[in-house]
Amino acid sequence: MRRLGRRAFLVLALVPLAAVVWAVAQSATVLDGGVVVQSTEWIPSLGFTLDLTLDALRWLMVLVVAGVGVVVLAYCAWYFDDSGTGLVGFSSSFIAFVGAMLGLVVSDDLLLLFVFWELTTISSFLLIGFDPTNRASRRAAVQALMVTTFGGLAMLVGMLLLGAEAGTFSLAAIVADPPSGTATTIAVWLVLVGALSKSAIVPFQFWLPGAMAAPTPVSAYLHAASMVKAGLLLVALLVPAFADTPGWRPVLLTLGVVTMLWGGWRALRQIDIKLLLAHGTVSQLGFLLVMLSIGSRTAALAGTALVLAHALFKSTLFLSVGIVDKLTGTRDLHVLSGVGRRVPAVAVAAGLAGASMAGLPPLLGFLGKETMWAGLLELTEADNPAGIAPWAGWLVVVGVLVGSCFTVAYTLRFLWGAFATKPGVEPSDVKALDVPFAAGPVLLSALGLGLGFAGAAVTDAITPYADLFPDADPEHPQYLALWHGLELPLLLSAATVVVGLALFAVRDVLCDLQHRVELPISGAQVYRWILRDVDRLAVEVTGTVQRGSASAYLAIILVVVLAGPGTAMVLALVDGPELRVVAWDDVGQLVVGLVMIAAAVFTVRSRRRLRAFILAGVTGYGCALLFVLHGAPDIALTQILVETVTLVVVVLVLRRLPDYFTDRPLRPVRYLRMALAAVIGAGVAGILVVAGSSRTAESISTRFAQAAYDFGYGKNVVNVTLVDIRAWDTFGEISVLVVAATGVASLVFLDTRSGGVRRLAEAAHPDAGAGTATSGGQPRGAWLPAPGTLSPDRRSVVFEVVTRLIFHSIIVFSVYLLIAGHNLPGGGFAAGMVAGLALMVRYLAGGRYELAEALPVDAGVVIGTGLFVAALSGLGPIAFGGEVLQTADVYVDVPLLGELHLVSSVGFDIGVYLVVTGLVLDLLRTFGARLDRQILAEQKDDQHPQEVNG
Amino acid sequence: MDVNLTLVLVAGALIGCGAYLLLERSLTRVLVGLVLLGNGVNVAILSTSGPAGEAPFYGTADIDDMSDPLPQAMILTAIVITLGTVAFLLAMAHRSWQLTGHDDVQDDTEDTRIRRLAVDDATSDSFGMTTRGEDDDDPEEDGQ
Repeated sequence: MRRLGRRAFLVLALVPLAAVVWAVAQSATVLDGGVVVQSTEWIPSLGFTLDLTLDALRWLMVLVVAGVGVVVLAYCAWYFDDSGTGLVGFSSSFIAFVGAMLGLVVSDDLLLLFVFWELTTISSFLLIGFDPTNRASRRAAVQALMVTTFGGLAMLVGMLLLGAEAGTFSLAAIVADPPSGTATTIAVWLVLVGALSKSAIVPFQFWLPGAMAAPTPVSAYLHAASMVKAGLLLVALLVPAFADTPGWRPVLLTLGVVTMLWGGWRALRQIDIKLLLAHGTVSQLGFLLVMLSIGSRTAALAGTALVLAHALFKSTLFLSVGIVDKLTGTRDLHVLSGVGRRVPAVAVAAGLAGASMAGLPPLLGFLGKETMWAGLLELTEADNPAGIAPWAGWLVVVGVLVGSCFTVAYTLRFLWGAFATKPGVEPSDVKALDVPFAAGPVLLSALGLGLGFAGAAVTDAITPYADLFPDADPEHPQYLALWHGLELPLLLSAATVVVGLALFAVRDVLCDLQHRVELPISGAQVYRWILRDVDRLAVEVTGTVQRGSASAYLAIILVVVLAGPGTAMVLALVDGPELRVVAWDDVGQLVVGLVMIAAAVFTVRSRRRLRAFILAGVTGYGCALLFVLHGAPDIALTQILVETVTLVVVVLVLRRLPDYFTDRPLRPVRYLRMALAAVIGAGVAGILVVAGSSRTAESISTRFAQAAYDFGYGKNVVNVTLVDIRAWDTFGEISVLVVAATGVASLVFLDTRSGGVRRLAEAAHPDAGAGTATSGGQPRGAWLPAPGTLSPDRRSVVFEVVTRLIFHSIIVFSVYLLIAGHNLPGGGFAAGMVAGLALMVRYLAGGRYELAEALPVDAGVVIGTGLFVAALSGLGPIAFGGEVLQTADVYVDVPLLGELHLVSSVGFDIGVYLVVTGLVLDLLRTFGARLDRQILAEQKDDQHPQEVNG
Repeated sequence: MDVNLTLVLVAGALIGCGAYLLLERSLTRVLVGLVLLGNGVNVAILSTSGPAGEAPFYGTADIDDMSDPLPQAMILTAIVITLGTVAFLLAMAHRSWQLTGHDDVQDDTEDTRIRRLAVDDATSDSFGMTTRGEDDDDPEEDGQ
């Protein structure tokens, strides 16, 4: 795009051109009434398939969408300047739209169709909001998005309902064997809401004129030729099966006629020629809806021909507007004058297109209108194929007749406004026209003219679709032709032209009249009211529910916890169940329990941070004792390790925080909290007793022991549960640990994931403050490499010696716990904690450089490797045809050690081990090393001013 | 299943104390409350595993005499998760202290602002950004 500039649009035009070529290649099959089908499995378990299909109607739509797409993309190459900003974004949105629209047209699966449907909505949003700095364009984009996604959501519900009723999401299958009943009626109407909103039918019509904020090529393509036809296409696809749905014809015909009249009437007073066309499009869409929703052969034939004609003439007209706008810099029809003389080619093209729109011979629009009158007049007869009462048929005829007069009038207004030389208006300043710029509209209008003489061919193309419907006169099927004889349709056509001319002649009077009889409300106003009310409601609800206080939210959560299970408990207690309790299994539990309760109460009363944590730690160690007494050595071991790590980490952070909690005035609300807490505690205890004593089923875990040995090849049931039976759970848990570690690191390091690992060698000028004993580098004969970086009063030689002696033993022990954990107490968690403790001892003895020497790796690398190893060992079995996280075992003879029993889930445990080790390392790096550095920096800041003063 | 009353009472007491601290303003106290709550919940899970028994190692005891391994696996997971949560909250408390000089949980300013909007019967900002100046830029039409 950057190198080619605007010429890139010509390259992009090749994409839809390929679609045109493909569609033409399929024409033989399709015109014989055949259907091209392609189906690919997508999500077989949910029954989703990518079903693409091409029948006569879709073939025609593909040609329209892709063909007009080629012309419009080529036109863009002259419409935009090279300097235009946002062209890359524009062209990608545009080409994405072309793809989505083509997908929409050929989708057979309803859900797939919905996906494409919403994709076109999104592209439309992006293209209307092409200029995000302009508020009007932003507003129009949001409005179009809101209206069409509202319809889209209704449609999704309808489609799901329809799919459920029919038992399939294939449109072909649904239409072949349509379901019926109330649910189906609701489903069809929901789908229709989506279709009507997309096609800008009353009451959703207001978004389309707003969408004219988009660049003109977008208006020509999305909002005239293709996207707004999507709703009509859906109606056309559904009408063979659902035309007899209650309300279908009365509502759709009424809405269609009303839309046609509203759009035409409004178009008659527009000053901006582009807005004039937009209202004309709304009018035409209503007209097309009338024809496509009737469900008779003649109407379908006329409707489809008119869809084709409309795509051709409306995009021609929009492209002409784009040219006029570019050359003169205005779209105001009171300012434009004498443009037609300067750009005759464009004026002729637009004139032909306008003639087609007005239904003049010999253009395609005329062919469509002739057959249209025939189709509508059928409705005025008794026993017509659509089953409409003759009086209603007459109403439709009159409505469309009036609408057609408006069409002729606003066509004239447009042509006069854009191209005529107006007396008393200064001729517009017209820039020179680049000849290829006009090629698009000329080509499209010529096509409209040419097809006017090809009535038989167009009839043939549409016949496979039209033959789906009953015909009023099967002996003499209607066809498209320039001359049907001097019959009523021709007279009606002539009448519309005459009345239209008259309406054009009195245009100023009409505008005054329109001003005086303005409707009290407009769709856009209602839309704004709804938007405003929804917004106000959201503000009120949020303002009421979100009080902004964390403790209030927590209180609500606790109350809900209490209310839900608590109610169940009370109800169960009312039944007077037999409560089966024992005081204790072991009197030791009572002793430990009392200590824990006392510690908890004193924790609450504590005003000092450190004391509170130590007392809370007492409850933790108490838990470990309870686990031992219960017969759960694994968790006891882990609990003790975790409690120790927690305490050290807490102390590392608390050196930065004040000793005492902030003093705040005791408020009465405290008693409320106490009461709530007491009820929570009592409630939990009650639930445990009631639920426990009413348990009748046997625990699922009674089979765990045997299963652990048979399938997990391990004797430590808890460990096998973690790495095999419930391994998914464990995997989720270590992922949470990774997230927590990342969160901690980012809160402390702020700017980077970690501060990097600063080795001893880099500490040439140690920043340990005054009194550093040695400069960096490893002093000879020292027990540990790095304590020299600490100030002497922080060093303890005994500690250093002990650390030196036990560090490696602890690491070896942790590896032993890891490997043996499958059969003996231990496992990845405990082993990782032990390894973490070893690192912690090194850090405490020798400071942050000692930690870096102990494990000169970034904590994130250790954690990430752990998660990777765990995932890899989980996925490994797939390669051997097993399930994810399945365990296998193998016996290996190793010299000296004898036969080893290797179990594949050890790999998973190694991952856990690494994650846990990495987590502890991360905590030491952040709360330890990083805070050390922050404290030092602050000390220096404090010292510095004194030095200056001294 | 016979419920061990001692375990239930310990769990209730710890959870009650934890819940009280959780409702405090100071983030450190919230954190301590979370630790108590976590320990209490672990004891509660333990109490659902029935009577105490032999450690669950296959082959070392009769399967019927073993303590229930499933709650133990869950507790093990919970213990380590609690460590992660505690570490994260500690980091938050530290950051809050760095920024404001204390670790009290502040009222959410955004929520307060919305509450003020509700009192004023006003619309949200996003509404204004798309629709303010509603009719200014309506297109000009003839006959006005």
